[in-house]
Amino acid sequence: MLKVSASPHIRDNSSSTKIMGDVLIALLPALLFAYYVFGLRAVILSLVTVLSSVFFEWSGNRLMRRPQTIQDLSAAVTGLLLAFNFPPSLPLWMAVLGSFVAIIGSKLIFGGMGHNITNPALTARVFLLICFPQEMTDFSILARHLGQAGDYDLVSSATALGKLRENSEMSSLKQLFFGLQAGCIGEVSAALLLLGAAYLLIKQVIDPWTPLAFIGSTMLIVWIAGQNPLFHLLSGGLILGAFYMATDYVTTPYSPKGKFFFGLGCGIITALIRLYGATPEGVSYSILVMNILTPHLNNICREKPLSHHLSKQEVAHG
Amino acid sequence: MDFFARSGIHPPESKHTEHAELKVLERFPLIRIPLQQQIGPGTKACVKRGDEVYVGQIIGEPIADMSVPIHSSVSGKVERIVTEIQHTGRPMSLVEIKNDFKYNPLPELAPPEVFDKESFVAAVRASGLVGLGGAGFPTHFKLNPPPDKQIDLLLINGMECEPYITSDDLQMREYGAEILAGVEQVLKWLEIPQAIIGVEHNSPSGNQNLKQLIQESNIADKVKLVTQRARYPLGAEKMLIYKLTGRVVPEGGLPHDVGCLVLNVGTCRMIQQYLSTGMPLVRKIVTLDGEAVRRPGNYEIPIGAPIQDLVDLSGGFQKNAAKIIMGGPMMGVAVSDLQDPIIKNNNAILLFSAEQAAIPDESACILCGRCTRSCPMGLVPTALDQAARKENTAKLERFYIMDCIECGCCTYVCPAKRFLVQNIRVGKQLVRQERSRQAALKKEEA
Repeated sequence: MLKVSASPHIRDNSSSTKIMGDVLIALLPALLFAYYVFGLRAVILSLVTVLSSVFFEWSGNRLMRRPQTIQDLSAAVTGLLLAFNFPPSLPLWMAVLGSFVAIIGSKLIFGGMGHNITNPALTARVFLLICFPQEMTDFSILARHLGQAGDYDLVSSATALGKLRENSEMSSLKQLFFGLQAGCIGEVSAALLLLGAAYLLIKQVIDPWTPLAFIGSTMLIVWIAGQNPLFHLLSGGLILGAFYMATDYVTTPYSPKGKFFFGLGCGIITALIRLYGATPEGVSYSILVMNILTPHLNNICREKPLSHHLSKQEVAHG
Repeated sequence: MDFFARSGIHPPESKHTEHAELKVLERFPLIRIPLQQQIGPGTKACVKRGDEVYVGQIIGEPIADMSVPIHSSVSGKVERIVTEIQHTGRPMSLVEIKNDFKYNPLPELAPPEVFDKESFVAAVRASGLVGLGGAGFPTHFKLNPPPDKQIDLLLINGMECEPYITSDDLQMREYGAEILAGVEQVLKWLEIPQAIIGVEHNSPSGNQNLKQLIQESNIADKVKLVTQRARYPLGAEKMLIYKLTGRVVPEGGLPHDVGCLVLNVGTCRMIQQYLSTGMPLVRKIVTLDGEAVRRPGNYEIPIGAPIQDLVDLSGGFQKNAAKIIMGGPMMGVAVSDLQDPIIKNNNAILLFSAEQAAIPDESACILCGRCTRSCPMGLVPTALDQAARKENTAKLERFYIMDCIECGCCTYVCPAKRFLVQNIRVGKQLVRQERSRQAALKKEEA
């Protein structure tokens, strides 16, 4: 028996699973660093979030009688990104609730993989931030890094953006870049997040347009407003958001032009919230707002097909 | 920024046969010649069972202005005329001829007399030529555009961008002089001032040969060789025109709409052969490759040779063939029967092993946008795919579905392994139906 199918008869070796696997690899250095800054607790919290996310995806697919999709690793990526947005001391049950909101509440009920409107991890983060503002903003760091007694105990400490708001002692840029500071599990080390981002850029998993526009516009606006743009780049979740959340395929535009405007919108909203908003950090909100605008950006930024372009005037000389 | 500069793909070239010598295979006991081997209406049989035929004798007469005659590729006796479902999915008549292995040419064959454009076009039609690059568009039709279209540029397509295929490369290497002589004839009789030969960088010996021959020829001032970095689908007509001239063929248009005539290198060579010998198109050089073949290579065979016999005569199977492709792996057609014959516009036969023929499982679109970036026509394949599945013809039109050239780049790069171009083909059919339905409604109103 001969197989008959429509052309093309060859495919490249890419797969959704490989793409998600690359994102996990890119996030790994930052996770290992979190173990150094925040101790075992951060790793346990991340593990619980990842496993519960995968569990909700598996059971949700079973309940809704959909084909199983946990093997594509997207639930694991959502779980890890969500954990990266948690302060290390967050109660475990809240993390599990967060996974539920991310996977069931913002992904599966919209149709599952490829059909969600907003970034699942960010939706869950904002949900938890509204429900448990205290626990979600109780940032801490291992006592030893502050030179305090207790060594491996987590002690509360303000984040860099929090300090800026309170006009208290500023963190140094070097400290921010390498990440020895209080903050969310995954956002503290700018250096390692950039390392992972470089990996994703080299593997062509993500395009540079969104992060460039996002980070560029945030820095430009805070600079105009008279603040240090480098400080804003390295503090809070800007790098994590710009390279890992605002580049999510499903919830952001697919064309380079659309990606640019998406990043621009994110950057403007982030800067305005950081400068004038009620909370010190605005990355999550900005991405969620732009997620909702994505279908419109896709419509506006669609390229005209070749046949509708004008001919170049002269015959090209090869 | 030139959005289209980076479109397309570069799959593994797999040109295993690029250094293979041409081998001629002739010991085919039975030749099966289909009476439809071109785009548009075909031919009707003008021989009957028991007739003795010669090489070059017409066995299928044109039934329309667009059709070209079909000739016998061997000498022998007509066994029978059968009707079979062929790879096109439609029933087709085939003339089966028992080969007497003498290859006696038709005695009255003689070079045609060409003295002006009309006689040139008539000669090309009589040679049975269709575009040998793969599409099978009748050549005489291309040479004779509507009077309001002025052709000012001849483009010769030597961009063999499909993986595996090397038959054009071989012709550029071995028969460059014939190709150039063909180009000269076309320029002369159609009064076209200049020609560009487009080739890819990965066939250096062929390119070098052509370049040197151009310099030595008397049309050196008119013909230019342009080398481009290999990228699929550079050889697709609309892409070739855009890349070599910057001219854009409008939606639903043909090359003559932008003053171009595009001919494949093999077509040019065939024009020259017919004009100098009078022997019509009865043989074809095909690349035989794929994991299931023992001796991949380029073989010259009589048109109508069954695939089974071609493989047997070339050295047989190495593995079980799970899929047989007529043409390249990107746009070729999978055939269901080893007895199917090789036709005029075939340039490759690929026999894929079970591993090569495996079809991956489809998963949900993750909107990564790779299909859009790879699309040489600037379309959004995933949107077309979804609209086609929902039979939303209005959206299909809005997303310019009829611009799709079905090159398959989108399906090739899709990480979710979706059957994009396959569904787009279905969508095109839906749009065609809807358009004709609308036209009928309008007619009724009027």
